Amino acid sequence: MPKNSPSIDMTPMVDLAFLLVTFFMLISQFRAEEAAVIDMPSSVSDLKIPDKDLMMVLVDKEDKVYFNITGQETRVKVLEKMGEKYNIVFNEKQKKEFSNMASFGVPMKSLVNYLNVNSTERKKIQEKSLGIPTDTTGVCELCDWVYNGRILAPRFRVAIKGDQVTSYPKIRRVMDILQDKKINRFNLITNMEVGPGE
Amino acid sequence: MAELNTDDGGGGKKKHGKRRAKKSSTRIDMTPMVDLGFLLLTFFILTTTFNKPQAMEISMPVKDENLDIKDKNKVAAEHTFNMLLTKNNVVYWYFGMADPNLGALPALNKTTYSKDGLRKVLITENNKRHNLYTQIEAWKKEVEEGKLKKEEYKTKVKEYREKFKISTLVVLIKPDKDAKYKNIVDALDEMAICNVGTYALLESNAVEDQMIANANTYVK
Repeated sequence: MPKNSPSIDMTPMVDLAFLLVTFFMLISQFRAEEAAVIDMPSSVSDLKIPDKDLMMVLVDKEDKVYFNITGQETRVKVLEKMGEKYNIVFNEKQKKEFSNMASFGVPMKSLVNYLNVNSTERKKIQEKSLGIPTDTTGVCELCDWVYNGRILAPRFRVAIKGDQVTSYPKIRRVMDILQDKKINRFNLITNMEVGPGE
Repeated sequence: MAELNTDDGGGGKKKHGKRRAKKSSTRIDMTPMVDLGFLLLTFFILTTTFNKPQAMEISMPVKDENLDIKDKNKVAAEHTFNMLLTKNNVVYWYFGMADPNLGALPALNKTTYSKDGLRKVLITENNKRHNLYTQIEAWKKEVEEGKLKKEEYKTKVKEYREKFKISTLVVLIKPDKDAKYKNIVDALDEMAICNVGTYALLESNAVEDQMIANANTYVK
């Protein structure tokens, strides 16, 4: 081996690389996959939305309505209440599945099936479904979800997450449902405004 | 150091081939480990999202059917700025009330959500009434520079608003059935940017829907 070897001591670089790996591993959190694909509009508002204590109604670009509430225990409780109302008994496995899910947008009658199948099948069911019913005359399942969520977690913040092209009447309907449940203050989730002005 | 210097003291035993082979065996090739390290690093950098989504807060009035019409807040017509949000990202605006019983319907003005559209109109209208907009902007700047505390700023703005209460602009945001969610967020955003203190999210009524339909046919 020649004395002035051209090889570089890589140790500090490797040290740094692994330090960064550790940092990113610890800081990143994996979230459950959202059922809804939503492209949010942007705003200048700089209010941060909390990670926990949040009840969320999502509306995608096809005006399908989804529901989400944080906290595994709360989710199970809400699901049990909904089961009581719609005469559906959920087993432990289904409850566990439900508590680990993110948002969902299927009516009560297909929820059992939705919870039993794997994620690929779930996507198919989700695509076929028309979202959570919000009918004014018939069944308003969203009303019950919101109501039970409100009863079991009264201090939760309520937010609406809509797509840029969601139609106004649907958003209005969701707002009306919230207001019927005496929720007069809620958040609209948006992206950060990019670039100056418009 | 990543490599051990095994050259020392090897001078006298150079003849033996076995000895030389042992010397080089103390070094480990770290390349695969480094590769893996960087692969993980790249993965975590790409999958981590730092910025959380933002939210705007909106408070809706309490719904109460028993509320009599005369109990509701009366707003001077000349300060009522009606915004009709409709399809194709178009906004129509007019002042006052659109009631066929009160005489001729007000004319609609057409604008967009851009910086030179709605914002310009709102700021102009704001400045016509008082220097609220400019004053709040000045205070905001002071807060940014650290001259003014946030709490002081809030009380100051509140006092100022009280003072000009009668003559401030009242904006009524009325999306029709063709409006998109983005339009509403944009409109609410303009309220924040233009320091409009009083605004409400309502629905367009039949008269206004007709006005929009008429405007769509002959306003290009």
